[in-house]
Amino acid sequence: MTTTNSSGDVRLSGISKTYGSFTAVHPLDLTVPQGSFFALLGASGCGKTTTLRMIAGLEEPTSGTVSLGDQDVTRLPPYKRPVNTVFQSYALFPHLDIFENVAFGLRRRGIKSVKKQVEEMLDLVQLGEQARKKPHQLSGGQQQRVAVARALINHPEVLLLDEPLGALDLKLRRQMQLELKRIQTEVGITFVHVTHDQEEAMTMADTVAVMNAGRVEQLGAPADLYENPRTTFVANFLGTSNLIEAEVDTRSGAEIVLKAGGGKLTLPSERCSAPTTTGGKVLVGVRPEKISLTHADDAGEIPDGRNRVTGRIADASFTGVSTQYVIDSPAGAELAVYVQNVDRDTRLAPGAEVVLHWSPAHTFGLDASQDIEAGVEKVEEETS
Amino acid sequence: MAAVTEAPPLAPVPAKKPPRKRGRWTPYLLLLPGILWLLVFFALPMVYQASTSVQTGSLEEGYEVTWHFATYWNALSEYWPQFLRSVLYAGTATVLCLLLGYPLAYLIAFRAGRWRNLIMILVIAPFFTSFLIRTLAWKTILADGGPVVGALNSLHVLDVTSWLGITAGDRVLATPLAVVCGLTYNFLPFMILPLYTSLERIDGRLHEAAGDLYARPFTTFRKVTFPLSMPGVVSGTLLTFIPATGDYVNADLLGSTDTRMIGNVIQSQFLRILDYPTAAALSFILMFAILIMVTLYIRKSGTEDLV
Repeated sequence: MTTTNSSGDVRLSGISKTYGSFTAVHPLDLTVPQGSFFALLGASGCGKTTTLRMIAGLEEPTSGTVSLGDQDVTRLPPYKRPVNTVFQSYALFPHLDIFENVAFGLRRRGIKSVKKQVEEMLDLVQLGEQARKKPHQLSGGQQQRVAVARALINHPEVLLLDEPLGALDLKLRRQMQLELKRIQTEVGITFVHVTHDQEEAMTMADTVAVMNAGRVEQLGAPADLYENPRTTFVANFLGTSNLIEAEVDTRSGAEIVLKAGGGKLTLPSERCSAPTTTGGKVLVGVRPEKISLTHADDAGEIPDGRNRVTGRIADASFTGVSTQYVIDSPAGAELAVYVQNVDRDTRLAPGAEVVLHWSPAHTFGLDASQDIEAGVEKVEEETS
Repeated sequence: MAAVTEAPPLAPVPAKKPPRKRGRWTPYLLLLPGILWLLVFFALPMVYQASTSVQTGSLEEGYEVTWHFATYWNALSEYWPQFLRSVLYAGTATVLCLLLGYPLAYLIAFRAGRWRNLIMILVIAPFFTSFLIRTLAWKTILADGGPVVGALNSLHVLDVTSWLGITAGDRVLATPLAVVCGLTYNFLPFMILPLYTSLERIDGRLHEAAGDLYARPFTTFRKVTFPLSMPGVVSGTLLTFIPATGDYVNADLLGSTDTRMIGNVIQSQFLRILDYPTAAALSFILMFAILIMVTLYIRKSGTEDLV
């Protein structure tokens, strides 16, 4: 089934999926390069699983095409596609033992001598001892590895993973993330991974596509997405962002000067994804760990050229590695600041007047017409 | 669990009273009604029948236990054709029930959508009428010169079935075909219900997983769906086969003297000929025969750990 030519990219061209009047996936173009670890990241109901199922052939797209390399597979049923899926909650065959579960795909393709391959695959996922057990006799983490082995043994061109770690507890999930990453590096197969966990996506994937309401909001390497979000959804969904509403004061080539909360902020124009007109509104963003905190009494010591915002500490929580402050400021309520616990300034306690300052290079600008709260994690969503 | 280190006792533990003594008898109390019922209506009659089967005597002079085991041998040597016929008819009816019931149960479980409840009601609907009335209705349906016989005749189906020996001339009634049809019809719901229950429990994602692993739809059925529905197949066939073997109503109403099943023999021995020892012995032979067949069947189907 495996082809040796290099054009093994997964290409989605204008695929969409509608159920009655509900559009799960809006027309979407996406290319997953061969051999990459690609993550589709988004909250539940954003269309990421539907997209994955369309690649697997379990869902027929309403429009558009799916190609693997040069082959258009849009009309192929799942059993004819050279892709395999690791299902959410695994879907292992309960009446077959681990060996037969893993051998299932090989046997269906008429391969007679499966013993050696299955044993090698079980060794790869460290389950050689469990071959004759039934799935229900294994722990969640072991079942998860069987599901991966059962799919990988077929040497698919693409391995699809649908929230494969969702059912595991946090510690095991971290362990399996590294394990999956190791396996992917070892076998070199394209992995398309669906997850709602932004940390998981950033840890594992080479490329992350952030999806929201059936659309890809932004696509890129994890660090690039984190540092240069182009929408408020991406800024808030990947980590935490401080977004401050500001007005454009002057524009001079490489720099934009903005007015916010009585002060001025500088923004490199190449880091602004929104159109700017003098007097227009822009959302200024900065990550909490990029901000330094200085007590108002020492404001004179802050080097020139840094963006500064004044405020008062509303809350401080000590987390060991860092202290997380919540600052009330005229520029924007409840700004978050994470300060590494290197030299702790004891004056920085709730109620203290402070100056927040950061390098203009760490500032990004977003279109102010968006919902400033988009992608902020809601408490009730965390439990699901 | 190899090395368990015990903490040294810090102080002599006072003898503790077992907590909540009151609840200890609750399970037995809950079992009591059922046990009493089985004792009075199952165990005692069994003992009574067992003793009857080894008695000799006559209705006028009274019966006496003489440990006359020859009754068993005599009953078996005289009525073995009826035994064989019972197993054959019940077996055929069971296979027919499975062939008719499986697709229907599959449809209800996976494809019926919002029609599911309606179809289920239709499956159970015959139970609202008595078993006897339903069987009598088949007598009308299969009546000589009726539409069914007429249609089968004009399609020359009856020529084939007569040649096979399951119908006689242009009659369907009073033939083996009629009895097997009656059995199949009457026991079909007992096949469909357990089949539906076990099919409905199968996780739909397993079908997707099989498809994803290169199994065509029919292979998915053969390798995943059917093996997972084995508990339903086993309980459905047992629920059909066991009562069908002992049934006498269908053979009585739809059959003739040539289609008598063992149930008819036992019934007439008990109620008409009044030879109680032979009737009791026949009942026990039937029971043991079914027990042996069922045990072999369950062993063979290998579903002990699935049921």
